[in-house]
Amino acid sequence: MKKKLRRIAFLGAVLSAISAYSAVSAIAQARRVVSIIPATTEMLFAMGAGDRVVAVGTYDKFPSGVEKLPRVGALLDPDVERIISLRPDLVVLYGTQQDLRTQLERAKIPYYPYVHKGLSDIAETIRSLGARVGVAERADALADGLDRQIQQVRARVAPRPRVKTLIIFGRERGTLRGLDASGGYGFLHDMLEAAGGANVLADLKTQAVQMSTEMVLSRAPDVIIELHYGRDGRDTDLAAWNVLGGVPAVRNKRIYVLSGEEFVVPGPRVGGATERLSRTLHPEAW
Amino acid sequence: MRRRIVATVAGFGVLAAAAVLLAPLAGSTTISLSRAFDRSIPFADNVDAQVFFVARLPRVVAAALVGAAFALAGAVFQALLRNPLASPDTLGVSAGATLGAILVIAFHLDISAFGVSSIPVASFAGSLGAFGIIYALSIARRRGTSTTVLLLAGVALTALLSALNRFVTLIADFTDTFRSVRWMMGALDVGGYREIMAALAPMLVAFAIIFSLPRVLDLVSLGSEAAEFRGVDVKRAERLALVGASLSTGAAVSLGGPIPFVGIIVPHIVRLMVGADHRVVLPASALFGAAFLIVCDLAARTLFGPVEPPVGTVTALIGGPFFLWLLFKRQR
Repeated sequence: MKKKLRRIAFLGAVLSAISAYSAVSAIAQARRVVSIIPATTEMLFAMGAGDRVVAVGTYDKFPSGVEKLPRVGALLDPDVERIISLRPDLVVLYGTQQDLRTQLERAKIPYYPYVHKGLSDIAETIRSLGARVGVAERADALADGLDRQIQQVRARVAPRPRVKTLIIFGRERGTLRGLDASGGYGFLHDMLEAAGGANVLADLKTQAVQMSTEMVLSRAPDVIIELHYGRDGRDTDLAAWNVLGGVPAVRNKRIYVLSGEEFVVPGPRVGGATERLSRTLHPEAW
Repeated sequence: MRRRIVATVAGFGVLAAAAVLLAPLAGSTTISLSRAFDRSIPFADNVDAQVFFVARLPRVVAAALVGAAFALAGAVFQALLRNPLASPDTLGVSAGATLGAILVIAFHLDISAFGVSSIPVASFAGSLGAFGIIYALSIARRRGTSTTVLLLAGVALTALLSALNRFVTLIADFTDTFRSVRWMMGALDVGGYREIMAALAPMLVAFAIIFSLPRVLDLVSLGSEAAEFRGVDVKRAERLALVGASLSTGAAVSLGGPIPFVGIIVPHIVRLMVGADHRVVLPASALFGAAFLIVCDLAARTLFGPVEPPVGTVTALIGGPFFLWLLFKRQR
């Protein structure tokens, strides 16, 4: 009797091991991926898994090819019905999308929860997402390349004095109202520090800071960088800054406009973005 | 009686003047006043002077104007609609202004005019649009439209425009959505005098209209029959009041955003303190509204630093308890 029980237990263990293995391999062989986050969509394409992406989010614009894919909503308005109807075997979503997670669990569709953090987390996300999709080697190579690229920028500006910099990623056109600046947390802040800048808002540990003009005057940045993406970059009116002549960046005409989605999308292009930042802050180093 | 009115208004005047003069002295940074006013240092190099004249003073002036305009509009709407819950937002003028601003933010429209940037221009235009609809309705019937109909129309228009606002906010780009939401909480850091001057023109017209109406508002707030009985041309008076209060609201929203609470609560606070005579209520509301918003903005930029909360949240945080306290004191 005891022997029989042991045999059944053994059989059960083998069976569960097989089923567990098949579950892992099902995930590892993700063939139909829905990615509703621009950063992870870029990662999937860059690691050579773009052909497995069957749908993307509302805000996905890069790389070319995504515009032909079906759109299934975004952070606030994911279209669960369409997602499920596409029969994905992996959905890449924001970790905070609790409702969507519950619904996918009910539909027995596996998901990968993405969390938006610092610069070093981007390579980490590439590695784990690659492992999840089943292209771990290529993902590791991509992540290594990104790490190397940022390391090279760091090395190049290491001997230079850090430049007191303010990064503005939004304001009302033609005025200094509604200034949105990068605080001392998040990938923009990390990119700035890697590029040889010193964030004048480093003490405020939040991603976005709503700045008053008084704050700009008191923080006195040596360089102001305005980031633009989408439709806005071409007609940036820098003259609006002239009222703050007491700010060194304004006085010395060191206000620059950088445009490109790589400054808002924490994906594989942040290496290039970090280099562009550092070329702007330390042109003599390049 | 006349002396009492003058004394009361003078008292509120002193309060508002003190707020205007003292508020620029404090801020998130410490500056040297003697350096700020030192003419021997060129303005371009004088950071203290720039903090005072570019960052703080326009802000205080904008707060004073916006506070006064909202409070006056609220006082007029409450009398005109004979409803204590009426506010500058009630008839949809505020929601119209918000739609204008959000359309500019979401679709990156450039409609700057007379050196004023797009958002204030668009929000003022939006407020005029909403006002046009309400005004057309109010003159549609020759005998005049009842306040109940006007109120219901305002509620419907506000609901419609708010739905549009939410829809545009949702379909906008991620960062633009954030900016729209932020704009809706109000901000007084105008960073210069150009927009203040632009908003001042319609405000002065509105104030002139409103200050011609105190006797009429006293009668209208009792009911239109009573007013007619006393020989007042009620229709004309109501239309004038509607124009004045709407213009005041539109100009205030275009300058500071739809800052809540000031327009509804300040007239009530004033009435609790000085009674219901509009000869006192109107100037006192304007002056107290100015002082109140200056103090709220001062609190926003000094107490919470270095990151400020939107002034719209502070108005409710400070005004709410103060109003409740006043109500309790009255009850006893």
